[in-house]
Amino acid sequence: MFKGGFIQNLPKIYGLYTGGFLVFILLMAVLESAGVSAASIGIMFVAFTVLIYALIGYLSRTIQVDAYYVAGRQVPTVFNGMATAADWMSGASFVAMAGGIYFGGYTYMAFLVGWTGGYVLVSTLLAPYLRKFGCYTVPDFIGTRYGGNLPRFCATLVLVLASFTYVTAQINATGTIASRALQIPFELGVWVGLVSILMCSMLGGMRAVTWTQVAQYIVLITAYLIPVFWMGSKLGNPFPHFMLGDEVQRLAELEASAGLVKNSAADIKAAGVPGGLKYISNPHSAVPAGGMAVWKYLSLAICMMVGTASLPHILMRYFTTPSVKSARKSVAWSLFFIFLLYFSAPMLATLSKLQLMDPNLPTAIIGKSIAEVKSIPWVQNWSAVKQVFIADFNGDGILQLNEWFMRGDVVVLATPEVAGLPYVISGLVAAGGMAAAMSTADGLVLAISNCLSHDIYYKIIDPKADVKKRLIVARVLLVVIGAAAAYISSMRLTSILGAVAWAFDFAMSGLFFPLVLGVWWKRATKEGAVAGILGGLISGTAYLIYVGPKFMANTPWLGIDHLRFGIIGASVSLVAMVVVSLMTKEPSSSIQKMVDDVRIPSGRAILGKQH
Amino acid sequence: MSNKEAHWQKTKNHMFVTLAIWFFFSIVIFMFGESVNQGSFLGYPLAYYMSAQGSLAAFVILIFWFANKQEKIDDEHGYGGEKEDD
Repeated sequence: MFKGGFIQNLPKIYGLYTGGFLVFILLMAVLESAGVSAASIGIMFVAFTVLIYALIGYLSRTIQVDAYYVAGRQVPTVFNGMATAADWMSGASFVAMAGGIYFGGYTYMAFLVGWTGGYVLVSTLLAPYLRKFGCYTVPDFIGTRYGGNLPRFCATLVLVLASFTYVTAQINATGTIASRALQIPFELGVWVGLVSILMCSMLGGMRAVTWTQVAQYIVLITAYLIPVFWMGSKLGNPFPHFMLGDEVQRLAELEASAGLVKNSAADIKAAGVPGGLKYISNPHSAVPAGGMAVWKYLSLAICMMVGTASLPHILMRYFTTPSVKSARKSVAWSLFFIFLLYFSAPMLATLSKLQLMDPNLPTAIIGKSIAEVKSIPWVQNWSAVKQVFIADFNGDGILQLNEWFMRGDVVVLATPEVAGLPYVISGLVAAGGMAAAMSTADGLVLAISNCLSHDIYYKIIDPKADVKKRLIVARVLLVVIGAAAAYISSMRLTSILGAVAWAFDFAMSGLFFPLVLGVWWKRATKEGAVAGILGGLISGTAYLIYVGPKFMANTPWLGIDHLRFGIIGASVSLVAMVVVSLMTKEPSSSIQKMVDDVRIPSGRAILGKQH
Repeated sequence: MSNKEAHWQKTKNHMFVTLAIWFFFSIVIFMFGESVNQGSFLGYPLAYYMSAQGSLAAFVILIFWFANKQEKIDDEHGYGGEKEDD
């Protein structure tokens, strides 16, 4: 049934895979109705999907440098789009985003704009040019464009810092999901997550990660959209994206009648609310008044957009396409596939909020007696694991809006249960969250280990190393970095979202201007690039330490808090890079010619096929 | 002006136009979020809608348009190339 090569058959192969996955979901539904326990269904969902990814990883094993680093540069446009979308959408996007919108409302949605708008910068400023360059890693571009080992080393530093911050959060998420679905302790779940991640990437590098990421995208988007559409239909809106206008207005009315009360920190402490749980105190759709609120929204969106365009694990996905043209198109497809999830997240938040708040719905809990709410099975389940909490501040025995505490993740993970959907949907959601966290972790661990093995080991330490040795070093590094990340995340140092936003800020502080000016400004020099990278990184990090709530916790300057420190870093980086470049000697004519060549979309790549 | 320079000039202009549209949908609308929210679309308050879906959709369309138009520019100057370029 398969004529021709693997690449020609991709649509058929993934078509079959998707069909198989849908059949698997139906099978689970049949088992559930036959009385198989919810716990076993959860285990089967997660175990089965992870095994499939591991199988794809094994089948994609390779001993070629080109395949290991850039998947042989033959990933078709649309498939690369899917792989990038999975690479991009992390545990935070899948599990935490709808929860963030649920609690933060309009203000939080700056993340949505930031995490999509950044792709416009990727496609206009960077992706096609980096593809033309033909590099293996992002520091490979910096090192060749500016010349010398120092810029390469500095870029590696930023890449490792940004990606490592990010990957601990992802491994943390895989650990959380694995521990819940497989019913094992969190610390063990982290290591199970790590082994699953390594099985996908170790044997085949970028090639294996690409094909598992496509498979993971299919699982995660199915797992996200089915509950949204199902719940929408239950509430009479079969296509919720275009039909929730009235519901959003209804929420505003309910907020007005309930009043958005702010609890004092002392009250929260006295009631013993577990850490990380939140209550609704921001309006869902109203825009907060005042210039500061506008600036906070815009500055967050800017950090996420510019950070997107500097994150190495995303940029390196566009090194795998066959041509410059397809790299450009591939960015568009990536954003399309990301969009499918992101424009559903606010609808999920709206639906689940309405179900809890609207007294006309049978699922409502706000305004009911606390004794009654505490007897609802899902409230009991999630209270037992300290994910929801009730504090009767005014002692009237009735649940007010400000008395209901919940962890953000619960919005995605528990909504199927709240809406009374069968358990098979909860199992599906767990598998989707696992796919989202694993695919991002894979891309990140690979970005770090590829960069260390290529830029530090091969380019700086031992340029004479043969192919076999290089690939062994790459794989050893992959395991070491994965293990280090798993160890750190098993210590639970920071909440998932804090760490994710920091990765964007680190990347934009150190890499955005050196990358963009490398293509768009011929006058940018080696010294300028080093000043830009180090100046941005050092000032950004210093500012993070200055305002970070877990560090010195000083009052942020102009509302630039620890989620937005990239604004400081990137500004310093730009100024330092321009000033130092203008003070130093113009780049040599061969470098200038190289920049000219990068700007022409056709013809040979700057760096050869094997380098 | 050589063919190469003319191509780069057009590429740059195309980039600036694309980024101007991007700036409108990512920054300008939300700069005036409070007044924009007075309007409505499909029953949603407008600024809420743009942040939840509108701007996101605009970016998707914008990048497809950007890629197609850039391909045309490349073809005009003989840089279209075929599939394989390395």
